[in-house]
Amino acid sequence: MRNVQSEVKVMRDALIERLFDKMQENEKIFLISADFGAPALDKLRENFKDRFINVGIAEQNLVNISAGLALEGFIVYAYAIAPFITMRAYEQIRVNLSLLSHTREINVNLIGVGGGLSYDVAGPTHHCIEDISIMRVLPNLMVCSPSDWALTEKFVDFSINVNKPKYIRLDGKQLPRIYHDPEEFNIENGFHELVQGKDVCLVSTGYMTHKALHVANKLRENNINIGVIDVFLLKPFNEDLIYNLLEKYEHIITLEEAFINKGGLDSMISCVLSNKASHIKLKRLGFGDKYVFDIGSRDYFHKLNNIDEEYIIKVIENASNNISRRTWNKSKRTYKKRNSKAYASR
Amino acid sequence: MNLTDLLKNKSLWVKQETLKLHKRAPGTRIASSLSCIEILVVLYYGKILSCDPKNIQWDTRDRFIVSKAHGSVSLYPILADFGFFEKEELKKISKEGAILGDIPDNSIPGFETINGSLGHGLGVACGVALALKRKNLNAKVFVLSGDGELYEGSVWEAIMFASHHKLDNLTLIIDNNKICMLDYCKNILNLEPLDDKFRSFGWMTKIVDGHDIEQLYHALADLKKDESNQPKVLIADTIKGKGVPRLENDSLCHIKALKEDEIDKIIMELT
Repeated sequence: MRNVQSEVKVMRDALIERLFDKMQENEKIFLISADFGAPALDKLRENFKDRFINVGIAEQNLVNISAGLALEGFIVYAYAIAPFITMRAYEQIRVNLSLLSHTREINVNLIGVGGGLSYDVAGPTHHCIEDISIMRVLPNLMVCSPSDWALTEKFVDFSINVNKPKYIRLDGKQLPRIYHDPEEFNIENGFHELVQGKDVCLVSTGYMTHKALHVANKLRENNINIGVIDVFLLKPFNEDLIYNLLEKYEHIITLEEAFINKGGLDSMISCVLSNKASHIKLKRLGFGDKYVFDIGSRDYFHKLNNIDEEYIIKVIENASNNISRRTWNKSKRTYKKRNSKAYASR
Repeated sequence: MNLTDLLKNKSLWVKQETLKLHKRAPGTRIASSLSCIEILVVLYYGKILSCDPKNIQWDTRDRFIVSKAHGSVSLYPILADFGFFEKEELKKISKEGAILGDIPDNSIPGFETINGSLGHGLGVACGVALALKRKNLNAKVFVLSGDGELYEGSVWEAIMFASHHKLDNLTLIIDNNKICMLDYCKNILNLEPLDDKFRSFGWMTKIVDGHDIEQLYHALADLKKDESNQPKVLIADTIKGKGVPRLENDSLCHIKALKEDEIDKIIMELT
């Protein structure tokens, strides 16, 4: 396995650097910010004075200006802090992106920096655990949630060519690279099986995919092989395609830094299983119906809300035990049946 | 026939047609749709707007964004007359399968954007105006808004943006009928002095009688030509429910619908 630690990066820097290159070759690209920056942004705004605009702390106008530019054929990246771009400007997104793109092609990419609990100690206004649910509701809007910076770069290339409004949820922290060859799969499939496993599979998105991989590696040392599926396109998604993959597992555990039971990744997977009348067991891990007011690190929040590694492992072990018990019961039933048949034939 | 007479005749015809639309679709906001008729007539029949119904997305067309969508049912007969869609559609308004509903949307040929929700038009128009400048196109952007929607904070975000970016290809027309849904604006939160507000935000302002064809025509023609590095606002003082005595200046006229037989009588008495 490669040494991934040497390849850490913040997703927003990867996005801006990639955009910088793309803006050099494509004069149609604009980057509009609601007074939100990044070290990597300084070079961009210096070089593209005509195509970088700061609308001020005004997310509603950020979306409206972006929609107007996109109506005229420009490719727009609207850049702001995740909870503010999605929730302050929700009706602008609904009316001027989701509804408007019913009849007009508009390429607006809402870049939300700080999905989940990236802004850990900044407190609950800066946490963003609603966005996946509320953005998935809107027709015509794509919802992207890359788990590392390499995939983020790939989403830049993808988004330039897809004339639709999109929400791209980025984590705010420096994270190691997961994908070393993102060219090897089709991003439009929406997910990738990072680890092939048996019986139990973790299905995660964004930052939590790093946790899922960590858990899978830990368990492998004890000869427990669980699967890990990273979902990076939450809308649209191909139900058949993902079910083909889920089908080989007996127990699915969804993992996200978002509310559960309210339309997030968990609900998406639950719908797939229900539509397919599947008997696969589903356990949802994420945030319950309350906000996080505690002060501390991300790991601390995870512990308080039962999505920390220790708890995930416990859930997996429970699932594994249930599976072995079921398998044992099943074999017992088969044994009885066989015996009774044998008896009858006598 | 000179232009003024033509525009007056067209205004009368649009008024009649709008009332007929209201008879077929009682849910249409008649009072709001009556206050902006002369503005719409001057824009289209006065050829202030360059548009081509045969080539709706023509690159150098002037963009007209109707931010007060609920109060623009009076644009339906004009668009039909220009050939944006079949006149037969006017008869089907709000019926099953029709393209025209109580509130216009972007699926109707001739409407650039969707504006059933108020306070969105100006921001989107700013984006369009900026885009036209970047594309070096000489086309202009006109926005029609009500005065009541100025209560939306997002409008003021756009007002600041327009002057900072010197969007002199942008003209906002305010159908200043002074009444919201429940009361006169002055009794809700006073918006006046509107022109001072816009001037202090860096806009060029002009006030006209919004039912006076000649004043409207000259003001809009002048504003369209002006290149003073400022966005422009035309405050058109109007009467909500204009032409229908029982609606005019009734503080609750926004939500009032007219009865069928009453409409026939009003149409006959229109001048």
